[in-house]
Amino acid sequence: MIQNFTLFIPVFPLLAFAIIVLLTRRNNRLSAWIAIVGIIMALVLSLGVFLESLAEGPELAQHPFYAAPIVWYPYGLATMNFGWFVDPIGSVMLFMVPTVCLMIFIYSVAYMRHSHVDEQGHHIQEDDPRYSHFFAYISLFTAMMLLLVISSSLLQFFIAWEVMGFCSYALIGFWSFRGLKEHHIDEAQVGRARGASIKAFLVTRVGDILLLTGMILLLLVTGTLDFTQMFNPDGLNNVLLADSPLPGMTWLTLIALLIFGGTVGKSAQFPLHIWLPDAMEGPTPVSALIHAATMVSAGIFLIIRMFPLFVVDSQTGGNAMMWVAIIGAFTAIFAATIGLAQNDIKRVLAYSTISQLGYMLAALGIGAFVAGSFHLIMHAFFKALLFLAAGAVIHSVGTNDMLKMGGLWRKMPITFITFMIGAFALMGIFPFAGFWSKDEILLEALRAGFYGEASPQTQTIRFVYICLAIAAFLTALYTGRQIFLTFFGKPRDEHAYEHAHESPITMWAPLAVLATFTTFLGLWNAPFIGAFTHYIGEGGLMGLPQAFEHTAFDQLAWISMFLSLGIAIGGLIVAYLIYGFRPVAAGQPDPFARLGIIYKVLVNKYWLDELYGYKINLDGTVQRGLLIRFAGALSRGSYWLDRKVIDGLVNLAGWFGRILARLWGWFDARIIDGIVNATASVTGEIAGWWRTMQTGDVQNYALIAAAGAMAFAIIFLLRSFT
Amino acid sequence: MLSAITFIPLLGAIIILFLPSDNAIKRFAIIWSIIPLILATIAWVIFPTWPDFTLMGSYCPPDIWVASANTYLGECAPWIPVLGIQYHLGVDGISMPLVWLTTLLTTLGLFYSARVINERVKEFFALFLILEMGMLGVFVSLDLFLFYIFWEIGLVPMYFLIGIWGHDTDRPQYAAIKFFLYTLAGSVFMLLAIIALYLFSTPHTFDITLLTANRDNMPWAKDALISTLAFLGFFLAFAIKMPLFPFHTWLPDAHTAAPTAGSVILAGILLKLGGYGFIRILLPMFPGTFQSLALWIGVLAVISIVYGAFVAMSQNDFKRLVAYSSVNHMGFVILGFAAAAALTNEQVTSPELSNYFNNGAAAINGAVLAMFSHGVITGGLFFLVGMLYERTHTRELAQFGGFMAKVPIYGALLLLTAFASLGLPGLAGFVGEFLVLQGSYTTLTALTFVAVIGIVLTAAYFLWKVIQKVLLGQADEKWAKLPDLKGYEILTLVPLAVLMVLIGIYPSWILDTINQATIVVLKAVGAT
Repeated sequence: MIQNFTLFIPVFPLLAFAIIVLLTRRNNRLSAWIAIVGIIMALVLSLGVFLESLAEGPELAQHPFYAAPIVWYPYGLATMNFGWFVDPIGSVMLFMVPTVCLMIFIYSVAYMRHSHVDEQGHHIQEDDPRYSHFFAYISLFTAMMLLLVISSSLLQFFIAWEVMGFCSYALIGFWSFRGLKEHHIDEAQVGRARGASIKAFLVTRVGDILLLTGMILLLLVTGTLDFTQMFNPDGLNNVLLADSPLPGMTWLTLIALLIFGGTVGKSAQFPLHIWLPDAMEGPTPVSALIHAATMVSAGIFLIIRMFPLFVVDSQTGGNAMMWVAIIGAFTAIFAATIGLAQNDIKRVLAYSTISQLGYMLAALGIGAFVAGSFHLIMHAFFKALLFLAAGAVIHSVGTNDMLKMGGLWRKMPITFITFMIGAFALMGIFPFAGFWSKDEILLEALRAGFYGEASPQTQTIRFVYICLAIAAFLTALYTGRQIFLTFFGKPRDEHAYEHAHESPITMWAPLAVLATFTTFLGLWNAPFIGAFTHYIGEGGLMGLPQAFEHTAFDQLAWISMFLSLGIAIGGLIVAYLIYGFRPVAAGQPDPFARLGIIYKVLVNKYWLDELYGYKINLDGTVQRGLLIRFAGALSRGSYWLDRKVIDGLVNLAGWFGRILARLWGWFDARIIDGIVNATASVTGEIAGWWRTMQTGDVQNYALIAAAGAMAFAIIFLLRSFT
Repeated sequence: MLSAITFIPLLGAIIILFLPSDNAIKRFAIIWSIIPLILATIAWVIFPTWPDFTLMGSYCPPDIWVASANTYLGECAPWIPVLGIQYHLGVDGISMPLVWLTTLLTTLGLFYSARVINERVKEFFALFLILEMGMLGVFVSLDLFLFYIFWEIGLVPMYFLIGIWGHDTDRPQYAAIKFFLYTLAGSVFMLLAIIALYLFSTPHTFDITLLTANRDNMPWAKDALISTLAFLGFFLAFAIKMPLFPFHTWLPDAHTAAPTAGSVILAGILLKLGGYGFIRILLPMFPGTFQSLALWIGVLAVISIVYGAFVAMSQNDFKRLVAYSSVNHMGFVILGFAAAAALTNEQVTSPELSNYFNNGAAAINGAVLAMFSHGVITGGLFFLVGMLYERTHTRELAQFGGFMAKVPIYGALLLLTAFASLGLPGLAGFVGEFLVLQGSYTTLTALTFVAVIGIVLTAAYFLWKVIQKVLLGQADEKWAKLPDLKGYEILTLVPLAVLMVLIGIYPSWILDTINQATIVVLKAVGAT
C-alpha cells in the first residue's frame, strides 16, 4: 500500500527547500522548522516503505516495488520513464538516509548559531547570516539523495546524483558566499572554502562524465536505462557481450568500468579522492551529511545498483570487478597512510572516510555484496556520529587543530563518550557497528583468497585482503592518535581549553541517538543472527537470481574475528605508545614527524594536488597544479589563436577587400577621369576611400557574388552541353 | 494566424513612426509585442493536439489561396507565379517553440529596453519590431525565396542596433559592419544554392516541402556536384550564423558591442536561425551529402565545444565570456544534427534497428531543445550582464566580487542561470545536452567522448570566472552602495528562470511537440 507513495518521499524535503528559498528565508527559526518537518515527513513515509519491504522479505529482490509512470521525455518512438524502484538494499537505505539526516538537521539548529565576543566583552549567540540558506541546501541535498535511492532509471539516478554535486558545491563553499564583515570568519577561511567548493564540483564532474558516457552507452546497447528492464538476464548476456570499439573489451566491461568511474569521483577513490579532504571547509554538519548519509554513499550505492552488470561481467571473463576491488583496496590503505599525518581533526576523519569507502568497494569487488552493503549502512551511522562529535569539539574550542586541543574529556564528557563509541566502531572493536561489518569484509576476503577454490581472481583477492588488513591496523593507529591528541593529555592551548564547554542538548541528543545505533545496529548482521544477510542476500538481485554469500559461522569466522580484533587493538596500542603514554606537550612537534621524508610525503599527500589538482593553502590562496596550469596555458593560447589567426584571417579578407576596392577606384579614376585629374587627387581619393570603406566592402562582396554567380552559370552551361 | 504573428510587429513598427512621445512609444511597443506572444501561445497550445501536426506533404497547391491548412497552420498563396514563388507559411513542432521563444524574448527585450534606452527611442523600438518580424519570418517560411528575404531582413535592424546603440568603447561600427558583411557573405552562397535548387528542380519550385518530399526525383539531387555545392552554400550560411568554428569570430565582437536587448536577441534567436536551417533544409533535403560530411561537421562541432570553452575560460570581460560560451553551446546543437545525419539509411528505416532511429530522434530533439534552452539561458545571462553594467559601468570581471552578499537577488538569479548554462540536471541546459549526447554516442562515438570533456571545461569556466569572480569574495569599497535588482528587472528575468526550471524538471511538455516533428523529419531522411 504505502509503496505506491514512494515517489513522494523526496518531495517533502524538496518542498521544504522551495518554501525556504522563496518564502521564509528571512525567518531563521521558521526555516529550520520547515526543513525539520520536511525531513520528518520523509522519514515517516520512508519507514513505512521500509517496514512494508521488510514484510516482503528476501523475495522483494526479484519482485521489487516498482513503477515508472512518468514519461520524462519522448525520443523517436520510445520514451524515457521515471518512477520508483525499491529492493531490499534500497529499502535499508530508505531507513538509513532520513534517520541520519534528521539527526544532522537537529544538530545543525544549534551548530549554526555562533557565539562571539562583542566590543563590550559580552558573549553573544547569533545565527549564521545565511542560516536559512543552510537549511534550504541541506533539504535539497537530502531530497536528492532520497530521489537517488528510489530511482527506477539510471538517468533519474544521475540527475539526483548531479544535483547533489551542486548542493555539495554550495555547502562546501558555504562560508564563501558571504561578505567578510561578519564575525567568525576571516579571509583565509573564505578563500579556502571557495577553492574547496570548486574543486569538489569539478573533480567529481570528471567522474560524472565517465558515468554519463557509460550510461549512454548502456542505453545504446540495451535500449533502456530502467533497472527492471536493464537487468533482464537475456538483455544482459546477449547484447552486452558483443565486442566494444575498444580492443579486447566487451561492451559490458567497458560500460561497467565507465560507470565505476562515476563512483571513483563521487566516492573519492584514488585518483579522484583529492576533493574530499578539502571539502572539510564546509560547516561540520555538511561534512557529516556528505560523508555519511549522502554524496559518497551515493557512489557506493551506484555500484550496488549496477551490481548485476559487474557480476555478469566477471562471470564472462571481464575484469571490471577486479578493478573495483584493486582500486578500493589500494585506496583503503593509501588514504589511511595520509590520515596518519593530518593535524586537522576533521581531515583525519575525511581520510578515514576515503579509506572506509575503499573497504566497501573492495568488498563489492570481490563479490561480497552483503558485506559491502552492510558496511555502507554501518559506516553512515558511525561516521555521522564522529563528524558531529568532532563538530561539537570544534564548536566549543574554536579550532580544528588537534595540536591545540588535549584533555578535553573533562570538559565535554558526553561528546567524549559518543566520540569514543564512534571511534571504536571505526577501528572495528567489539561490539560496535564497525566491528561486525568490517570483520565480515575481511572474513570474505580471507575465505575467498586463502581457503576457496583457486580461480583467476585468487591473487587479486589475496592482495585485497592484505591491503585491508594493513589498512585496519592504520585505521586504529590514526584514530587512536586522534583520540589521544584531542581528549587526553594536558591542554596544549589554555585559552581554547578555557573556552571549551559541553554542547547544548539539541547538539548532544543527536549524538546520543547515533551512538545508540552505532552500539547496537551491528547486531543486525552479527554472525549468529544474520538477519541482514537473510534479507539482503538471499533473494539475489534482479538479473541475478542466485543468493549472495551466506557462509556458515564456522571456525574460520572465529579466526577472522579474533584476527581483525587483534589488528585493531594492536593499532590502538601503538597509538597509545606514541601519543598516550607520553602525551604531546604544547609547542612540541608531532612525534610522527621524526620519520622525516616519509612524514613529509604524507603531510603533502603524495603531492597529487600539485600534479593534477590544485593545492589550497591555509591562508586561502590557491596553488595550481601542473594539469591546471597546462589547461590555463591552453586556454590563453586558444584565445590568442582566436584573435590573431582566425579573426586575423577575417580581417585580412576585409583588408584585402578594401585594397581591391581602392585599386578599382584608382583604376576607374585613371581611365575615366584622365591621367591629369587623377594624379592631382590621388591623395584625396585614398582618403576618400578610407572614409567610405564600408561601402567599398559591400561593393566588393557584390562583386564576388556576381563573379560567383557567373561561375555557377558557366558550370551549369557547360554541364548542360555535355 | 502565422501571417498575423509575423506581420503584427511590422505594423507596430509603422505605427511607432507616428507616435509622438518616447513614453508612448515605449508603452505601445511593449503592449503591441504581447499580441504575437499571445497568438503564438495559442497556436502552440492548440496545434500539437491536432492529429497530423506536420509539414511533410503539405505542399502549397499552385494558384489557389489556401488559408490555414488544417494540419500545420499553413497559409498559402501565389506570389510571383511566373517564377513559381509562393507565399507559403507553416509551422511544425520544431519551429513552433522557436517562434514562441522569439515572441517572448522580444517582449522581454522591449520591456527591459524601455528602462535603459533613452536616446533615439523611436528608431530603436521600430527597428526592434522589424527585427522580430524578420526572425519570425524565417521560422515560418516554407518557400526558399521567402525564407531568404526574411533571412536578410533580420540583418538590417541588427546592424543598426549594434552600430547606433552599441557601447562606444567596444568599436560598435566595426562590430556592426563585421557582423553584417560576414553574415551577408554567407547568405550570398545560400542565394546561389537556392537558385541552383530552383533551376535544377522539376517543376521549378522554391517550396521547401515539395523540394523535400520529391527530393529523390529532383535533378539536383541526382547530380552529386550540384547537390554538394548547394549543400555547401547553405551550410556556409548556416555555419556562419550559428556560429560554427572557424566562422565564429564575428560573434564576440557583435555580442559585446550590442546593447543588452540586442545581445539577448542575437544570442537567443538570431543564432538559432542557423540551427533551424540545419534541421529544416540541410538534413531533410540533402541527407546523402550531409551523411557523407557528417563526421567532418561533427569534428567542427566538437572543436567549437572544446575550443569555445577554452577561449571563454581566458576572458576577462563578462560579456565576451558569455559570447564565447555561445560558441561552446552551439557546438552541441550542430553535433546533434551531425549525429542524426550520420545515421545510415538502413538504420533509419529498418524496424530491427529502431534503437538507432530513436537515438537519432533523440539527437534532433536534443539539438532543437538545446537551441530553445540556450535562448532562454543565454538570454538571461545577457540580461544579467547588462543589468550589472548599468550599475557598475564596467564588465571587467576583475572589478567584481562579493556580489552574492551585496546583491542577493541578483546573486541568486545569476547562480541559477550559470548552473543552468553549465548543464546542471534539473535545469534546462542539461536535457538538450544529454539528448544530443545520447544521439551522438550512437553514431559519432569517439568524437562524442571529446565533446564530453567540454562539459567539464564549461563547468570550470562558469565556476571560476562567472560565479567566483562576480559573486564570491570581498566586494570592493566602491560598490558599497550597489543596489539590488529592481522590480522591472526581476520581472524581466523571472519568466526565463521559470522556463529554466520547468524544462529541467519536466521536459516532456516541450519535447512532445518537438518529437512529433522530429519523427517526420527523420522518416523523410530515410524515405528513399
